[in-house]
Amino acid sequence: MIRRRKIAEALFKLLSLSALALAIGTLVLLFGALMVDGLGRLDWQFLTSFPSRRASQAGILPAMVGSTLVMLVTACVGIPIGVAAGIYLEEYARRTWLTELIEVTVTNLAGVPSIIFGLLALGLFVYTLGLGPSILTAGLTLALLILPVVIVTTREAIRAIPVHIREAAFALGATKWQTVSDHVLPYSAAGILTGVILALSRAIGETAPIVTIGALTFIAFLPPAPVTSQPPYVSFEWLMSPFTVVPIQMFAWVSRPGEDFAANAAAAGLLLVGMTLVMNGLAIYVRYRMRKRVSW
Amino acid sequence: MEIRETVSISHSSVMESASHRRARRRREFLIEGALLLAALVSVAATITILFVLVFESVGFFETVPLLDFLTDTLWTPLFDDPHYGILPLLAGTIVTSVVGLVVAIPVGTVSAVYLSEFASARLREIIKPVLEMLGAVPTVVYGYFALLVVTPALQWIWPELPGFNMLGPGVVIGIMILPLVISLSEDAMRAVPMMLREGSYAMGATRLQTAWRVVVPAATSGIVAAYVLGISRAVGETMVVAIAAGQNPNLTWNPMEPAATITAYIVQVALGDLPHGSIGYQSIFAAGLVLAVMTFAFNIVGHLMRKRFREVY
Amino acid sequence: MFAIECASAYRGNSDVMTRPTDSASSDSAGRNEWPKPLKAETHELSFFYGHRQVLKRVSVPIAESNITALIGPSGCGKSTFLRCFNRMHDLYPGTRYEGAIVLHPDSRNVLGREVDPIEVRMRLAMVFQKPNPFPKSVYENVAYGLRVRGVRDRRVIDEKVEQALRSAALWEEVKDQLSALGTSLSGGQQQRLCIARALATDPELLLLDEPTSALDPIATGNIEELLQDLKRRVTILIVTHNMQQAARISDWTAFMYVGELVEFGPTKRLFTTPAKKQTEDYITGRFG
Repeated sequence: MIRRRKIAEALFKLLSLSALALAIGTLVLLFGALMVDGLGRLDWQFLTSFPSRRASQAGILPAMVGSTLVMLVTACVGIPIGVAAGIYLEEYARRTWLTELIEVTVTNLAGVPSIIFGLLALGLFVYTLGLGPSILTAGLTLALLILPVVIVTTREAIRAIPVHIREAAFALGATKWQTVSDHVLPYSAAGILTGVILALSRAIGETAPIVTIGALTFIAFLPPAPVTSQPPYVSFEWLMSPFTVVPIQMFAWVSRPGEDFAANAAAAGLLLVGMTLVMNGLAIYVRYRMRKRVSW
Repeated sequence: MEIRETVSISHSSVMESASHRRARRRREFLIEGALLLAALVSVAATITILFVLVFESVGFFETVPLLDFLTDTLWTPLFDDPHYGILPLLAGTIVTSVVGLVVAIPVGTVSAVYLSEFASARLREIIKPVLEMLGAVPTVVYGYFALLVVTPALQWIWPELPGFNMLGPGVVIGIMILPLVISLSEDAMRAVPMMLREGSYAMGATRLQTAWRVVVPAATSGIVAAYVLGISRAVGETMVVAIAAGQNPNLTWNPMEPAATITAYIVQVALGDLPHGSIGYQSIFAAGLVLAVMTFAFNIVGHLMRKRFREVY
Repeated sequence: MFAIECASAYRGNSDVMTRPTDSASSDSAGRNEWPKPLKAETHELSFFYGHRQVLKRVSVPIAESNITALIGPSGCGKSTFLRCFNRMHDLYPGTRYEGAIVLHPDSRNVLGREVDPIEVRMRLAMVFQKPNPFPKSVYENVAYGLRVRGVRDRRVIDEKVEQALRSAALWEEVKDQLSALGTSLSGGQQQRLCIARALATDPELLLLDEPTSALDPIATGNIEELLQDLKRRVTILIVTHNMQQAARISDWTAFMYVGELVEFGPTKRLFTTPAKKQTEDYITGRFG
């Protein structure tokens, strides 16, 4: 009887370890496949060239620049709004129907498939507001997409600040905003930063919503530079420029027949996975540091 | 109560002045307003999503009768003889999602039970980041993986499997939603009070018996909520199926065949150059509406179950 | 009689104001037990969490430049009572005050509808049960109250910080590490830092909510000594779960039980000849 139980337990452990091995194995296989197919292609020429009909001459430069600029817009719009909304919900909101409504919509947005955000952007930004398939449109779309993640992690980080710290500030005569900006925000900054990095790492790999707004897949030029030699020296023309991003470039290459383009796709995939993993690693590191530091 | 209300006398050298106070109140009011506005962005986004989808779909249903949309077995909006039956796309979405669940539910549940009831703290420390990484890989990379790694591997087992099929992407979707299913169902199991486990051990049950006969039943609604939220994610998955499942609407329940899903259709149309306001343009919003309704429903059910589960413990 | 004069401010109802002493000890101690001059007083103060009444018509005088101690078994509402003074309860929804808390000499009702709680908190200061320094430098901890009041002059702040740290008997220990994190100090030092933080803004009334309950006996002794020194400059209202502490340091003691004031009087008299049976039972350790 006891032996049978022991065997059952051992079998279960074997089963579950192989289940977990499937997860780890997938990750290894995925990286392995990308490396084998793409590492040879990932050279200076690839990073500094424009797309081409010939796979061996094609490069990812416009996509890298596009991804960077889109992320810039997303960060500038999504982070302040998300953090502000998180502060409002955690520190200011009273239990009213409006608060309830806001919370329901945040949860709901977190579960909306990303392609639906693309349809929203197509109807609202591209046509109704007339922004076209531009960097601005893509940045705003991804800002909306990451909003729930930023809000939820901001709230979690703020909630970890003990109530007696707030009370100490209030007792000294601080206003609500002084308490938030002098204490709550600085002490939860690391936690918020973790969430923001994770949100951006998700945004950088998003493909579906950007395809939906009609981003081009073949861009042989760079957007106008943000800095000019003429006064006023800064230009925002790039916001309205057509663009492509790394995941779209990869999608375009995957969709083309032929092993050469598959190698390009793999190289783009390596770049993408590299970027998201670096960002995730950074987030894990910030969280780890924070856990070690704080002792209330 | 007639309390004497005299003007506050400044007792200390650091009292704030009346003008300072007025400025402070105005500033506080403005800041709270700005924060509220930021919080309302998600309400506005939700309303706009619904509005855009419904508005464009209304245009679509002026041309296409709702009954045709729901019953026609062909989806050929771009042909000379257009048919607008959502069933083929719906079938593609359902088949790939079901394949994904067939992978994710058993693997996810077993892994979650193991992580919650058996694994050492050290192993968890290793597994958790791996799962997080698995969830962080961009979907377009998974699409590549499905098309160029998983499908060829499956063709090695079934040589007659076509290059585009629903099985490969389905399996990959299953692996993609694994982190979500594992972490949500593990949370549910860890929420089961220790008391219940101790009661089971006290009667001589093994860890395995306790896990499957006490912890899992007690956490059922939380685990099912994890499945439901996983389904919602699978249904809305786009890039994997757009890359690896093919682009032809095909009313079939056989995962070995190629077929387009709702999401893949939207991508396919968006890649082309359809004029704004045309029936083809409107059709992606109608398809999007169906997708949104499905995911909304799964999300609501999933969150209600999770909420109910949390209230129990 | 000051009590009568003061009560006349509230529609001349002298019964109300004499309630803490009249029935309890009108003969033995009489009205001359009423302290004067007053820094503050509560008048029929009631407090509600939702529908639950936590304080029931409590009237207590707070003597200027004295230490007044609030004692009573845990859950009797003494901390709740203290937190009414700087309207900390305003931070949480579903709370309600009735009655009045009057600050002298301007007779301002802290609970008045038109009174901004921040204005009140700028006049009073509070030290909490558990030391709660901000995770900022020692200097910034003490300076924070001044910054909130809009003080920008570096020299003024420097001076006030040093003064406050000296008053809290902490200066000698931290003067070389003003930029160290306040949270890195020992428990007793942290609590003295919190006292310094409270003193830096020259409060009229210092509220202490069981300030030594999280400290060891030596740190407790230091703080008790400190309070004795401080009372010349600032009126102190202290909640304590420790009767010996109240007996050692306070001039006046109020004994509360389930939200009601049972007895108020000079500490020495209250501990030697309590007028009420309940007070006697509590201080002799028969309950609580």
